Amino acid sequence: MLVMPGDLTLIAMLLPFAGAVLAPWLTARMGHNAAWPLALIPVFAFVHFAGFLPEIAAGEVITGGYVWVPSLALSFSWFIDGLSLTFALLITGIGTLIVLYAGGYMKGHPQQGRFTAYILLFMGAMLGLVISDSFLMLFIFWELTSITSFLLIGFDHRREASRRSALQALVVTGGGGLALLAGLIFLWNMTGVTQLSLLVNAGDVVRASPFYLAALFLVLGGAFTKSAQFPFHFWLPNAMEAPTPVSAFLHSATMVKAGVYLLMRLNPAMGGTLAWEILLPFFGGVTLLVGGILAIRQTDLKLMLAYTTVASLGLLVMLTGFDTPHAVEAAVLYLVAHSLFKGALFMVAGLIDHEAGTRDVTRLGGLRKAMPVTFIAAIFAAISMAGLPPFFGFLAKEEIYYALAGASPRAVFFTAVAIIGNALMFAIAFAVALKPFLGAEVKTPKHAHEGPVLLWLGPLTLAALGLLAAVFSPLAHQFVSTPMATAVAGEATPITISLIPHIGVPLALSLLTILVGIGVYRSLDRLRGMVDELLLGIGTGPDRWFDGFISGLVHVSYGLTRVVQSGRLQFYITATFVILAVTLLVPLFAYDELPALPGWPAEISFYELAFFAIAVIGIVTVVMAKDRLTAIVSLGIQGFAVAVLFLLFGAPDLSFTQFMVETLSVVILALVMTRLKLSVTDHRPFVPTILHGALALACGLGFMLLLMRATQGAFDPALSIFFNTYSKIIAHGANVVNVIIVDYRGVDTMGEIAVVMITGLAILALIRIRVAPRLQPEAPLVPAGPPVAREGVDQPALAEAAMASPAKSKSGARKSK
Amino acid sequence: MNTLIFRTAAPFLTALMLLFSIFVLLRGHNEPGGGFIGGLIAASAFAIYAIAFGVQHVRRAMVFHPMSIAGAGLQLSVLSGFVSAPLGYPFMTGVWVYPTLFGVEVPLATVISFDIGVYLVVVGTFTSIALALEERDDG
Repeated sequence: MLVMPGDLTLIAMLLPFAGAVLAPWLTARMGHNAAWPLALIPVFAFVHFAGFLPEIAAGEVITGGYVWVPSLALSFSWFIDGLSLTFALLITGIGTLIVLYAGGYMKGHPQQGRFTAYILLFMGAMLGLVISDSFLMLFIFWELTSITSFLLIGFDHRREASRRSALQALVVTGGGGLALLAGLIFLWNMTGVTQLSLLVNAGDVVRASPFYLAALFLVLGGAFTKSAQFPFHFWLPNAMEAPTPVSAFLHSATMVKAGVYLLMRLNPAMGGTLAWEILLPFFGGVTLLVGGILAIRQTDLKLMLAYTTVASLGLLVMLTGFDTPHAVEAAVLYLVAHSLFKGALFMVAGLIDHEAGTRDVTRLGGLRKAMPVTFIAAIFAAISMAGLPPFFGFLAKEEIYYALAGASPRAVFFTAVAIIGNALMFAIAFAVALKPFLGAEVKTPKHAHEGPVLLWLGPLTLAALGLLAAVFSPLAHQFVSTPMATAVAGEATPITISLIPHIGVPLALSLLTILVGIGVYRSLDRLRGMVDELLLGIGTGPDRWFDGFISGLVHVSYGLTRVVQSGRLQFYITATFVILAVTLLVPLFAYDELPALPGWPAEISFYELAFFAIAVIGIVTVVMAKDRLTAIVSLGIQGFAVAVLFLLFGAPDLSFTQFMVETLSVVILALVMTRLKLSVTDHRPFVPTILHGALALACGLGFMLLLMRATQGAFDPALSIFFNTYSKIIAHGANVVNVIIVDYRGVDTMGEIAVVMITGLAILALIRIRVAPRLQPEAPLVPAGPPVAREGVDQPALAEAAMASPAKSKSGARKSK
Repeated sequence: MNTLIFRTAAPFLTALMLLFSIFVLLRGHNEPGGGFIGGLIAASAFAIYAIAFGVQHVRRAMVFHPMSIAGAGLQLSVLSGFVSAPLGYPFMTGVWVYPTLFGVEVPLATVISFDIGVYLVVVGTFTSIALALEERDDG
């Protein structure tokens, strides 16, 4: 049988999940070498997606999928255009290298299998996210990336910091995901489509809708939290608590770009409006500056990289929202460049940490001889990050300045922001790539030497790709950049920029950036002190706000729980009955559905009246009764009288059941009373008596009015006629009630008896809970001395205890045999 | 309740009620009655016996734990629903046979075994609740 290409896409999507199941098993057998076979999974997906490159470059899109819930217009469908494809290739390509790298990095770790499984799970989630077409699928994969990154960040779950960061990332990104869901529902209602591929063409409807702003805010809530935009940027550096392979994969190359992906995806539909062009560049610009400045302050290699990731994401968001033809191209180029160099640099940082034993840049130096391969990878990646030729980062930076350079005040402002941000990143790039390697050799905690092939393969490949992509830029543009830019812009957007520099404003801006960057690099230590002082002066920040938010939440929920879950049965029951009375009465009055008062029946026989009177007497006695037992028995009398009334009015089955239920409930109520050790009489002050009485009357009145209203409606006898006619014929039974119970509605009854049984089990468990603590002291079987009536212990219980004692001593004797 | 009259009458009452409960159960398909009511009657019978002679006596007389009886009843009911499956009818379709026992044609059906399951669930559950409540502190 021929496998359809569509099915292969599905397999490529699902394989990472299968690999996650396989990973622990394989790692248990092969150790860290399991990384080689496991890496075949992303390789397969990469090759599969790479096969689409010619078609995508030719301007086609690839769709496929299955119907899921047709009634809700939900489908399990994918949609691959230039944007999706670039992301899919980054995820699977970098994913392959990460799986290999993780194999070397986590070598010998007892939980290596679990770790690889999480990485693969995350890869599957991310892959699903970028090729999803349906909104629901997009949302599911979106939240799945949050959950899997929670697992990855919290991988080292014995450390408090790890757990806190994982939780923080989950709260921020998961919460943002909920906003996204609401935003997607808005979009669905505005346009009537549930698929991204269709939404792109519905841009006019979206932008003209009165709910556009609401939808935009919600979607941005999702995208900004995921992509760590200010003021949600704090979770990303904290996420560096995760092992380095995770940081390299999630927090530089893929997950944090999910938000950027979403913005790019929605750009044709939601972009181009005033709100879009104000919000995105503003938040992006602030994030760029905040990330860059905070990066200066760090000495930990990973944290320096993490904050520059924040800055880069800010730059991407800024560009996505900036309304010039070149901005989209710049964003596309920078996104690809960033994925390559940041992935490489993270792996380099992990390598240094792994081989030298520390990531603190002030404690490193002179590693170039010990780790030459790492050094080359680091330098290559850093040049790309700094935006120098002949690397892909250079192309991206040139395009940024092409896009921003302009005469308007707005353009000048954002150009300045971009120059400062780029200069800061320039400095950090070389701080990460040069400082640990150059200078005199520093004694490191571990004796440094080159890492194994599993570790340096990844960074070297990515760094080299940054060079190759720039040298063969026409090819890279044809297959990757142009289709992606076209998808983001929503119209044909060919990218032509090459390594040959053009004399002009952008080149001058580049030179300015480099000059500022060199200045920052040389005075890094002094700047670090200044930033530290500045932050100490501010003294607060989003990270603190998060803690405050969480503790406030806990306080509010604690207070709320104390009110709602007071633990007092009386409160629960009162609340239940108040709600019952309100739901019964309010609609009747509000919608004016009160029943007409019935006339007094012309004939009412003596015995009917008599049983009615007994019922009334019974219920009055319940209220008047001085002690509880009388009340219970009176309630039984009332119930029996009603049962007789049922019998008289032609419902023998019902009355039969009512008789038995009344009998048993009197018995069980009496037993419960003895169990609870209630006092014999019910001391109730006057005010509660009035209140409870009023509540009881309200409930009774509500039921009465509702039933009267219901019976006054037109009666449709279709069902009774059907059952009367066919019960004997179809179900061989003359008793219609029983036939319905056991035959027509047999499945219902099956469910009901299961409920009865489970309720029984629950009640048994409750009774046991009460019994168990009292078993603790070894009490004598027969109470010493005569039973004495005390307050709080009722007489029947004591009498029964005395009565039951012979049986007990017998059973005790049996046990002792 | 430890009176002579009650203790003397209780065994007869219990026996009668149990017999009646089975009668009510079996005639349920044509006359008022059925598994639920029958089960309630039987549970009341056990409750009366327990009040008169103590919980241990009832437990010994029942042999199985009441909750096991309920569980068996639930299983019986569910299995009754499956009998129709090999015959190609949907789940819970009543299947009837008419064997002749001692010269009398007796209609038997999965509907009846289903009802017996209901009976057992009700007997088991209510008896175990009543017994557990009545049981004093020896658990």
